[in-house]
Amino acid sequence: MSTIHLQHNRVTLALHQVKDATGPALLLLHGLGDSAANMSNISVTWNGPIWALDFTGHGDSTVPRGGGYSAEILMADVDIALRHIGPATIVGRGLGGYIAFLIAGARPQLVRGAIIVDGPGLAGGAVQATSSTEIAIAPRPGTTPDPWALIELSRDARPPNYAVTFVQLARNGSDLDEPIAVTCKVSPPWIEAIRAEAGVMTDISLQEALDIYAAP
Amino acid sequence: MSVTKETRSFPGARPPDRFRRVDADGVGISVYEWGKETDPVLFLVHGGSDFARTFDVFAPKMADAGWRAVAWDHRGHGDSDYAALYSWDADIRDALAVMDSTTNEPAPVVAHSKGGALMMQLAEASSYRITKMVNIDGMPSKRRMPDVPDHDQSRLLAGEIGSWLDFRHEAPTSIRKPGTLEDLAQRRAKMNPRLSIEWLEYLVTVGARHDEDGWRWKLDPTMRFGGFGPWRPEWSALRMVSLPMPFLGLLGTVDEPMGWGARARDVLPWIPSSGRLEVLEGVGHFIHIEEPDRVSNMVLEFLS
Repeated sequence: MSTIHLQHNRVTLALHQVKDATGPALLLLHGLGDSAANMSNISVTWNGPIWALDFTGHGDSTVPRGGGYSAEILMADVDIALRHIGPATIVGRGLGGYIAFLIAGARPQLVRGAIIVDGPGLAGGAVQATSSTEIAIAPRPGTTPDPWALIELSRDARPPNYAVTFVQLARNGSDLDEPIAVTCKVSPPWIEAIRAEAGVMTDISLQEALDIYAAP
Repeated sequence: MSVTKETRSFPGARPPDRFRRVDADGVGISVYEWGKETDPVLFLVHGGSDFARTFDVFAPKMADAGWRAVAWDHRGHGDSDYAALYSWDADIRDALAVMDSTTNEPAPVVAHSKGGALMMQLAEASSYRITKMVNIDGMPSKRRMPDVPDHDQSRLLAGEIGSWLDFRHEAPTSIRKPGTLEDLAQRRAKMNPRLSIEWLEYLVTVGARHDEDGWRWKLDPTMRFGGFGPWRPEWSALRMVSLPMPFLGLLGTVDEPMGWGARARDVLPWIPSSGRLEVLEGVGHFIHIEEPDRVSNMVLEFLS
């Protein structure tokens, strides 16, 4: 597995090439607290090149000082990777599934299908206002995952109507009829909301979705 | 390389009596104090894209009335460190680090604009830290663009997201445009149209950096205001109405580019039972800067 480093503002992202091949690209996004190294062991059949990204604060990517994570920042991590890879189908596990879904709406011309798979951080935090908390942590310098990533990205708000907006953006901007595939069994409110939307495949396996998106 | 600083004075403006740095989980935060160290603490919190020295007129009035006024530059603002990531939760943790470095006792807070919203969230989580709260035009409103249909709003969102993502690619090399002291004051006047050029030129001398090729605002050039996200303004309203401590909300009536457009009728239903709202007619978003004597008197009376 070879690794290239990409700059996202003050963070250096590690993008790993899991398989070198010609054809449409596949990008793997790991779950909360996980890494590209573990995600690249996912069992899939794909004829083109396969890449795996370490999100900010995870794996071999930089740990920023003082936290400040959001799902939208991780979506921008993926956008940085896509500029290097080009158009790609994305498989996201847990938190990575939510990020794959967001970037499918944000960059519908670059995402050739986003597939959401069960994994850590899929549910996220609140769907409405909740009580705030005062949190302190013991720092773990030089290691990943960043504790602030674990805390902040497990609590980020994911209201259903926000998720539905991204489905609409993906549907309106993509050449695919169904640019999002939901394969997960866990069904938090944001997943429930998008299941009901046109443009979202449900009751489908990961490999079935990959085969559909791999078709020319 | 920084060059010799040009200075300006402004009636009533006084530099802080003390300056110190606080380590907030690796992010260096610059803290400024006016008044005696032995006086009771009063925290002053600036708004988005501002910095602590915007209190150079207001804070001395608090200090002269017997308060130890403590303000800080938020991360990425003023002389505090630039960070890789910015979020409200991170700003609140930085605020807690400053508070912990100042006192273990609960203290009152005066907060402007975004600082007001941040302090409401902090106070909801940690009400034991805050004795009284003054929120200067940082109260939420549910208003949105009433004249834009839903499908156009969706396109607007797509444009905002694309533009934001494009900016993230450029961020590593972004740098603020230099200018003369007068240039920077004029640029800020577009966002602060009701504040005098004399005040804005003074702000340049205490809030901008003077390099060989000109002055630059210190605000992190990778920060970008506005945009999109899951947060709903009514969530802040729910926090506000929950606050248990005495609360004073101050609202101007004149819209400005950096204002939130909140109206008394939008805000009043969410004022906490222990609070009150004061509306200052004919005043813009920077109420404490436009009307320092009037606002300081109101605040001091509320704190007494």
